[in-house]
Amino acid sequence: MKYTLLIAALLISLLTSCGSVDLNADIPVFDTGVNPDSWASIPAGEFYKGQFNDVASTAAYEIMVTDVTVSQYAEFLNSALNDGSVKINGSKVVGYYPGDEFHGFKHESPIDAGDWLFIPLNDPSQRIIYDGSTFSAQAGYENHPMTMVSWFGAWGYCGFFDYRLPSEIEWEKAARGTDTRPFPWGDEIARNNANFYSSRDPFETMSTVGSRTSPVGFYNGRTYDGYTTLDSASPYGLYDMAGNVWQWAGDVYENQHYRYMRGGSKDTYEMDLRIWVTNNATPTYYSPGVGFRCVK
Amino acid sequence: MSMPSFKERLNYLFSSTKGLILVAMSMIAIEVALFGMLSGPMAEMGVRDFVVRVMNMDLVQAEREGRMIILYHSIAMAMIAIETYMVTDLIKMKSFYKTAVRVLITIGYLLVMVFGMIFAYRGHNWAFHGVYIFGLSLIFISGVLLTIALWPWNKEYYQPDKNYSRMKKGVDLERTAFFATALTTILSALFGAVPGSFFGNGFNVFLAENVIRFPEKSTMQYAIIGHLHIMLALIAIMLTLVIGRWLNFKGILHKIAMPLMILGTIVLNLGVWGVATPLEPIAHMIIYVGATPSMLAALMLVIFTWDKLIKEGKPAEGKFRFGQKIGSLLRDPLRFGPMWQMVFMNFTTSFLGIFMAIRLDEIFRVWPAREERIELTGHWHVLAAIIATIVLLYYGEMIGLKGKLRQWYGWLIIILSDIAFGAVTIFEMKRLFISEATQQPLVNNLMLAIDFGLGMLLVLVALLLIWRLQDLFKKKGRWSEEVEQELNQEVES
Repeated sequence: MKYTLLIAALLISLLTSCGSVDLNADIPVFDTGVNPDSWASIPAGEFYKGQFNDVASTAAYEIMVTDVTVSQYAEFLNSALNDGSVKINGSKVVGYYPGDEFHGFKHESPIDAGDWLFIPLNDPSQRIIYDGSTFSAQAGYENHPMTMVSWFGAWGYCGFFDYRLPSEIEWEKAARGTDTRPFPWGDEIARNNANFYSSRDPFETMSTVGSRTSPVGFYNGRTYDGYTTLDSASPYGLYDMAGNVWQWAGDVYENQHYRYMRGGSKDTYEMDLRIWVTNNATPTYYSPGVGFRCVK
Repeated sequence: MSMPSFKERLNYLFSSTKGLILVAMSMIAIEVALFGMLSGPMAEMGVRDFVVRVMNMDLVQAEREGRMIILYHSIAMAMIAIETYMVTDLIKMKSFYKTAVRVLITIGYLLVMVFGMIFAYRGHNWAFHGVYIFGLSLIFISGVLLTIALWPWNKEYYQPDKNYSRMKKGVDLERTAFFATALTTILSALFGAVPGSFFGNGFNVFLAENVIRFPEKSTMQYAIIGHLHIMLALIAIMLTLVIGRWLNFKGILHKIAMPLMILGTIVLNLGVWGVATPLEPIAHMIIYVGATPSMLAALMLVIFTWDKLIKEGKPAEGKFRFGQKIGSLLRDPLRFGPMWQMVFMNFTTSFLGIFMAIRLDEIFRVWPAREERIELTGHWHVLAAIIATIVLLYYGEMIGLKGKLRQWYGWLIIILSDIAFGAVTIFEMKRLFISEATQQPLVNNLMLAIDFGLGMLLVLVALLLIWRLQDLFKKKGRWSEEVEQELNQEVES
């Protein structure tokens, strides 16, 4: 009898926990003072790559100081819709992708040339609003990283401006600099270094919506309404290279259709914020915890 | 306590079966309690930082995977030691082998646990690493001796009773199953040792779940993935055989089950070893072929035991109603529990694994790699924990728990662990029915169930161990009776 009661209580608790979550609940609004239009220069040369500090090198490149924001993506969509680079297909924004070479490898899926999903419009987590003619950012999320964007959507954004997505190696160098640090800011991680799971930042309400994105550049040493952050820029001055959102990388690897992500997110424990940790998914995957930035 | 009394306690703890099991259980409990505070909710609550400070731990970020590998190995070695103590007591063998096997494995796992963990968590004293490897080597040698001791084609060990599975000339097929499991375990240990040395010598460590999506894995990477799967499976198979012996598994089901168990164990191993050979493309098929008879054999043990438990409650006269049968089945949680946990394991591990394999490309590989990792790590943690609960249930029988204490102990282990394991399973599969954006309340409740179940289970184990510790201070405590007791004398009639 006791066993039955316990199971019943547990089931009721689980069922009630599947109820709706207000995805549009109020979110604190802060100006971080970091300009999302700024770029950082990464010099050519060697650096220590990966968990085991293998020596690798890159050419010189520039990379965005922050993730692409919701506002920036909305502006891109307006321009791209006007010139026909993207189109509305039902409840999706799609754009052309020239396809990948398919080798029929084990677990490999073909990525053919054609229109692919950039962003969904009907997902309640989408922070881009489309009123039938214009795209705009949801109020409060203008300076948050663009999420709910597929790899194609990230690739399309960067390509539209003649930028490109960073390769994994470029991303890693920009995050790490030339020493062997595990986090962009150094050797240790504190709760106010980055937005990660249960980091107790002002955007997090673990009883309901859980962890939410923070404005780009939030962890810059400023104090916001009593919440003091640590300046967590990478050696080259990039923000949010650990936590907040995973960032799509541009590499297309032979024999697989997966696209890779770096940096960990608001939804992962700090172990996934270590510079060398990777994640991957099909290129049509989108999530409230995945964004991107570009290089040129 | 005088010196002779102290020696008596030491004699109990390190030379009697039940004492050895108690020591190994205590070591695991201490390690789990201590290192469990470094992750999950304890880390979220800030307990980890406190423990790291107090214990003066040196947690280099790049070495996390290496630390975890040593942690897993040290817990696994103690668990293997517990099973070895059981096997060496339940199965006939020469006393030389029994003693040698136990001495080697006891010294081995203690060295592994103590020096391995100090090496991993408190800076890198390479002499300690050497002692850790030495401990693992002793355990390996112990395994070789155990395999020799279990040799089934010695007439001395032929099975004369036709109620048990045996070959025409009398070769004991249950002993052969123990032998096959021990033999394949030491071979599969090598299967991990070789790539372990390969990667370890370059200080390149990785967790299997992090390379699972690499389209092309090296032979050594395949070997690591195979090693962790097969070792856990073999620990489970050996425990199934041990439980069968305790409950005196016999009759027609035993006769069918033992050949299946032998066949399953061998084919399963061949399949897993095959992942590191050109057979890789069909290795999973071989694994399924091997797993099926092993699982069928376990099912027969479940049927045998539950049938036995039900029949024990049959009234001398009158109708034996359904409710009475259920009551009879559930009357003794310590004997019902191990079988129930084996059945429950299918819902949390086997069926899940099969479902994953069948729908890999349609479902799981559509999810991001980190989601797939949750499922992978979740299901083998649950399997490991289920194995631990079965050992705890058997231990309750070993120490002669009776009456209400037996009921509370048994049912709490079953209920608490199943709440936790059920919640873990829902957590693993949550993406099938809830989005990332709306999952938090569900995740919170699941975490609560997991933490409550596992936390209370650890409290129960702590109480048990404190009770046993206190018993050691009594002149004529329970320990003084257990010192002479052997598991083979307690096999059910």
